[in-house]
Amino acid sequence: MEITKETAPPPPAVPAAAAHGRRGVTRPGDRIFSGLSRGSGILLLVLMAAIAVFLTVRAANAISQDHGNFLTTFEWDANTTPPVFGIAVLLYGTLVSSVIAMAIAVPIAVGIALFMTHYAPRRLGGPLAYVIDLLAAVPSIVYGLWGALFLVPHLQGLTSWLDQYLGWTVIFDQSNPGTAPRNLFTAGILLAIMILPIITNVSREVIRQVPAAHEEAALALGATRWETIRMSVLPFARSGIISASMLGLGRALGETMAVVTVLSSSDKLTAHILDPGGGTFAANIASHFGEATSLGRDALIASGLVLFVITLLVNGAARVIIARRKEYSGANA
Amino acid sequence: MSDIMTKNPRGTDPLARPGVLAHRRMPRWAPAGIAVAAIAVGTALGLALGLSSKIQWGLIALILFVLGTYVITAAVEDRRQAKDRVVTSAVWACFVVAVVPLYSLVETTIAKGAKMINGNFLSHSMAGVLSNDTGGGVYHAIIGTLEQVGLASLIAIPIGVFTAIYLVEYGRGKLAVAVTFFVDVMTGIPSIVAGLFILAFWILVLGFSYSGFAGSLALVILMIPVVVRSTEEMLKLVPNELREASLALGVPKWRTILKVVLPTALGGITTGVMLAVARIAGETAPILLLVFGNPMINNDPFHGTQSSLPFYIYEQYVLGTEQSYDRAWGAALVLIAFVMILNLVARGIARWKAPKTGR
Repeated sequence: MEITKETAPPPPAVPAAAAHGRRGVTRPGDRIFSGLSRGSGILLLVLMAAIAVFLTVRAANAISQDHGNFLTTFEWDANTTPPVFGIAVLLYGTLVSSVIAMAIAVPIAVGIALFMTHYAPRRLGGPLAYVIDLLAAVPSIVYGLWGALFLVPHLQGLTSWLDQYLGWTVIFDQSNPGTAPRNLFTAGILLAIMILPIITNVSREVIRQVPAAHEEAALALGATRWETIRMSVLPFARSGIISASMLGLGRALGETMAVVTVLSSSDKLTAHILDPGGGTFAANIASHFGEATSLGRDALIASGLVLFVITLLVNGAARVIIARRKEYSGANA
Repeated sequence: MSDIMTKNPRGTDPLARPGVLAHRRMPRWAPAGIAVAAIAVGTALGLALGLSSKIQWGLIALILFVLGTYVITAAVEDRRQAKDRVVTSAVWACFVVAVVPLYSLVETTIAKGAKMINGNFLSHSMAGVLSNDTGGGVYHAIIGTLEQVGLASLIAIPIGVFTAIYLVEYGRGKLAVAVTFFVDVMTGIPSIVAGLFILAFWILVLGFSYSGFAGSLALVILMIPVVVRSTEEMLKLVPNELREASLALGVPKWRTILKVVLPTALGGITTGVMLAVARIAGETAPILLLVFGNPMINNDPFHGTQSSLPFYIYEQYVLGTEQSYDRAWGAALVLIAFVMILNLVARGIARWKAPKTGR
């Protein structure tokens, strides 16, 4: 989408003139056509409502039969009698892996966006945008395969090193040094690579819109390039970068396959992010679905509902921030 | 405008150092020199300390590069320039960090997948192939992917295009605002949640069984918002004069949209749709929940379980034998090639149709 966006003229205002022609003779063809398009729009709203309703109904069924506390139980034993399952570990794992992903991806993505807009030689800018789009186009299962069979062995050295020298921070402490890094940290790194494109693309669109006069004013005062960026570019783009990051967060929260393949899951909740174990909502659904009984499925749907609500809130907030400037929605990123 | 800074560096206040208008500058090759030195030292340290992972070598080189830039520039020039150069080197480092994983991923996939690709792999299913047998293929998965994605596109493209037409040509008031907002929110629905919804609705409530079509329904949910958004962008680019000219000739509005607006935007819409197809073709999670996998060839997406390329990769990965890993890489290569070709063609169409010279 980026190519067409760049080369095409700036979008004209929404065709207001066309709307006025509606009053007058209404032909049957017009009525059918506008009915079809309005119907499609309404269908979307119905679909969203249906998702919420159906998930809630099945989730309510599962939670009413849960013999543990749905929010605080660590285990996920929905197939046993009595069924005991809870989302504590999943919520923790989802948040931790996403926070790690954000901590890595946001600075790098903003850096790449600045690189494309302010630093790159013009000849490099176009191909780089293409590379970023390719990064976005790689299917998540391929990331998962690469993460499990390539990244995990290659991160072994780094995790041992972190354990050895930063182990005193507790966070980087490994209980059994030398275990394969199938942990939340590795999952976070993989997620960071996967959400890099969307954050980069949206940030770049925002940074492009910084008025040239702001930058020229800073340059005229003798600012270096970095001072210009810090004084005129970043303040203007801040809200856009925040919402870009939240879009990325929404992706990271719901990513399934990359986490399933990399993480060796368990119902263990630990502050040691280098220890294997833990789990995320999406990964838990994918790995437990195969052997789930009918109640087990409803229980997984209940955890899916929690994931749905969280991503809805994060994405909704990002959209509200971004809606102030409509031109960049990031939906195509 | 950023060039001005590099050509005219007046870092310090000239009044503070009378007579000094331009102070010492680093030579142009300095950043490259520091980078080479940093990589050399990083590699040497990695070898000397016996660090097994290349990722660590790279990280050490990166830190040396940024630190070295700061120290050297601060000594030769001044602190402000040093900070500027550090940021420049950090931004370049970000660029390298973005390219490295993509390169590694593509390189690994091609290296491990290419040896699997042959006529046998592409034309056979997994029927009767045990996990540690060699042989077997992806034919059934390719059939499944094509059918599921095709069905999803058949449903999602009309709904998406009509919704976009509604938003651009008809939409006023609260309904349009709500649709716009929820289309945006829909782009963020995790694919596994879309799968769970179809599971709850189509399989648990309506009582249908697992099939390729159930998977397509989940893919529809993921595809619609992408189609709406890209089509909307394209329709907004159609000049208003075209609409006005058509309406002024007495052409009904629906014929104006059908014969003037849509053909003008067709190139862009096609691009958007193909990118959307490329995106759903790689979805695994809904397939896992709704299509369930099948080692044999099933040409009927409406009855019985099927396979699909992304699902096949996951299935073979889980088996965990050497032979199944090989098959997973082979299928990953087929899938990446499929997605990349769609992307390239879509971009080709975008470039070809980019100058809006009417039709």
